[in-house]
Amino acid sequence: MEKKLPKIEIIEKYCKGCHICVEFCPKDVLEMKGFYASVKNLEACIKCMQCELRCPDFAIKVITE
Amino acid sequence: MAFDYDKYLRPGKLPHIWCPGCGHGIVMKGLIRAMDTLNLKKEETAVVSGIGCASRLPGYIDCCTLHTAHGRAAAFATGVKMAKPEMNVILVGGDGDGTAIGGNHFIHACRRNINMTYIIMNNYIYGMTGGQFSPCTPTGAKASTTPYGNPDPGFDIAKLAIGAGATFVARGTAFHANQIDKLIAEAIQHKGFSVVEILDDCPTTYGRRNKYKSVIEMMNRLKDVAVPVKAAEKMTAEQLQGKVLTGVLYKDETKPEYTAEYAKVIERATAAK
Amino acid sequence: MSKKVAFLQGNEAAAHGALYAGCNFFAGYPITPSTEVSEVLSGELPKIGGKFMQMEDEIAAMAAILGASLTGAKVLTSTSGPGLSLKQELIGYGCIAEIPCVVYNVMRGGPSTGMPTGPSQSDVMCAKWGTHGDHPAICLVPASVQETYEEIIRAFNLSEKYRTPVMVMPDEIVAHMRERVVFPEQGEIEVVPRKSPTVPPEQYKPYDTSFGDVPPLAAFGSGYKFHVTGLNKAADGFPTTKASLVQAEEERQVRKVDANVDDIVTFEEYMLDDAEVVVVAYGSTSRSARYAVNVAREQGIKAGMFRIKTFWPFPDKQIKALAGKVKGFVIPEMNLGMCSLELERCAQGKAPVLGIFRVDGEPINPDQILDKIKEVK
Ligand SMILES: Cc1ncc(C[n+]2csc(CCOP(=O)(O)OP(=O)(O)O)c2C)c(N)n1
Ligand code: SF4
Ligand code: SF4
Ligand code: SF4
Ligand SMILES: [Mg+2]
Repeated sequence: MEKKLPKIEIIEKYCKGCHICVEFCPKDVLEMKGFYASVKNLEACIKCMQCELRCPDFAIKVITE
Repeated sequence: MAFDYDKYLRPGKLPHIWCPGCGHGIVMKGLIRAMDTLNLKKEETAVVSGIGCASRLPGYIDCCTLHTAHGRAAAFATGVKMAKPEMNVILVGGDGDGTAIGGNHFIHACRRNINMTYIIMNNYIYGMTGGQFSPCTPTGAKASTTPYGNPDPGFDIAKLAIGAGATFVARGTAFHANQIDKLIAEAIQHKGFSVVEILDDCPTTYGRRNKYKSVIEMMNRLKDVAVPVKAAEKMTAEQLQGKVLTGVLYKDETKPEYTAEYAKVIERATAAK
Repeated sequence: MSKKVAFLQGNEAAAHGALYAGCNFFAGYPITPSTEVSEVLSGELPKIGGKFMQMEDEIAAMAAILGASLTGAKVLTSTSGPGLSLKQELIGYGCIAEIPCVVYNVMRGGPSTGMPTGPSQSDVMCAKWGTHGDHPAICLVPASVQETYEEIIRAFNLSEKYRTPVMVMPDEIVAHMRERVVFPEQGEIEVVPRKSPTVPPEQYKPYDTSFGDVPPLAAFGSGYKFHVTGLNKAADGFPTTKASLVQAEEERQVRKVDANVDDIVTFEEYMLDDAEVVVVAYGSTSRSARYAVNVAREQGIKAGMFRIKTFWPFPDKQIKALAGKVKGFVIPEMNLGMCSLELERCAQGKAPVLGIFRVDGEPINPDQILDKIKEVK
């Protein structure tokens, strides 16, 4: 079965660069790029939503089906 | 699916005022998810706060919102709830706001067991005014007004609430974001005064002074100290040393609720007329 | 049908006046000499489905009435000196957030615990300057039990009309003496309703000045949702630090009262037509003053009385006009010269102001006033 990848949206105008999403992603999907969070390895995402839940700034959305 | 926070957010208010990594935003998101779970009607819901960083929360929520004076949220909210008992009344604020200047109103709201929910964001410090110690700052910790370490012992907010008569008391942390909405939703559904303490972080004024290199270290501490009540049952006193229980800590469904009791007063008064 | 009459204490009359005005929410904290208001309303309010709350302190009581008022309730709190001091921060909140409410304060000796059962008139400055920041102030000072009943109704009306806290401050003598009260019939005294929004909820702004200096106030729980804060705010109710907006809003809040002094200020002129000596008096002191004026007239002295019924805003215009005509003012008051300062300000040196100041817990008697009248040359 083909794995459906989510879409991870980072809203830069809200992101305050706190690193929380990056540090606590269990699959190392995210990284800091300059000031903002960004996606480094979408393939590894298990859609656990931890990043979205913990982002204090409404800046990251994990869009699944 | 990504959660749609916009449903309960006022349009055009983001980004919010809180610092990078401040846990207050995580709590606000939890509150919004809880409101959504219960499908609270915005026009029928009042969110009331005092003064402090945490107390700026109501400005972002698209409901009837009341940003009062330092410490007075519970007293204003009591007026709202008593005058319109059919409204959902949710209080939010910081540890300083709720347990120092507002401590008296807090314990009396607990005592009355009036049907409101109080979310206390405990970041162990007066964040807004620049990091002076609060009644929840741990003994020995550094604050801008405890340069030699804090001599004061701190409050245990949950124990205070239980002792004062609140009938639902829960504790979560900003790290355990997934649990926040569940605790808040259960608290709102509870008929009586419910208190949800969320252990929070203030990287700007507390972390910095207390040798946390980053908000990540503060989050890791929350992760390490938290022990769910169920898990704690199987742990020894020694293992529980330095830990903090999380989850629903106390629930009493027998104590009469205040607005219902007052409705009886009205009944007795009108019968006597 | 003959009117209903009762023999009441000032405090009891205040409670009944509040009910006439439609008060349906009271929160207070017991303090002598105002407690009777709570005692009456704890019995009466539930009978009409209203709410009575004894809160944990005066700050909580003030907070509770402000919260209740935002749901559309007509609210009252009652207190005395030390309680008035505690309420001050939130009276300011009521001013800036523009929340109608009535604060009834019985004046006893102060500062601090002072003389809990002794009469005083020493809170009149606190009524205007007690809370920090520039703000509007309305304060009524009744002199009889009947007037206390009526002034409470007027206080509710003014607070709704101008969307601001209003204080009613009898001294302890007025609050505790018993007199005949004739109750007005239903509809005999106008009761002013709150100005509600005419726009639909999505267009509503709680401080929308396109409706004039007093914007309509929606009620929480009535389909409108909006934000209320004690920070300086813009028309939409959200905080602002924009200099021009803050300046304009502060000025508007004060202007609500300043531009309407003629509607708010009330007074009684007693034998003023040809008066050369004017006793300015308020509250129970005016009763001694009236007696003294009568005796002075019998002795051929052209004395009169200007009785202040509205202490704030102060009757500047009237005093200024009198100052140009009279030989002097006599001001008896149960404090060390508070109203006296206002008189001097208004008299602008055109007429001397002779004070009789008593803070020993004893009322000022007519003889003292008469003696002072005779000192005016
Ligand atoms: C009467 C009064 N005293 C003091 C202050 C100053 N003050 C504002 S916020 C605050 C502390 C807030 O701390 P907390 O409630 O813990 O909220 P946080 O900022 O940490 O989220 C203080 C002391 C005030 N606004 N009003
Ligand atoms: S959803 Fe989970 S796995 Fe995917 S990026 Fe977010 S935290 Fe990482
Ligand atoms: S958690 Fe949110 S604010 Fe922090 S870095 Fe990630 S996206 Fe940015
Ligand atoms: S000072 Fe602390 S509590 Fe206030 S916003 Fe910043 S991190 Fe949050
Ligand atoms: Mg704090």
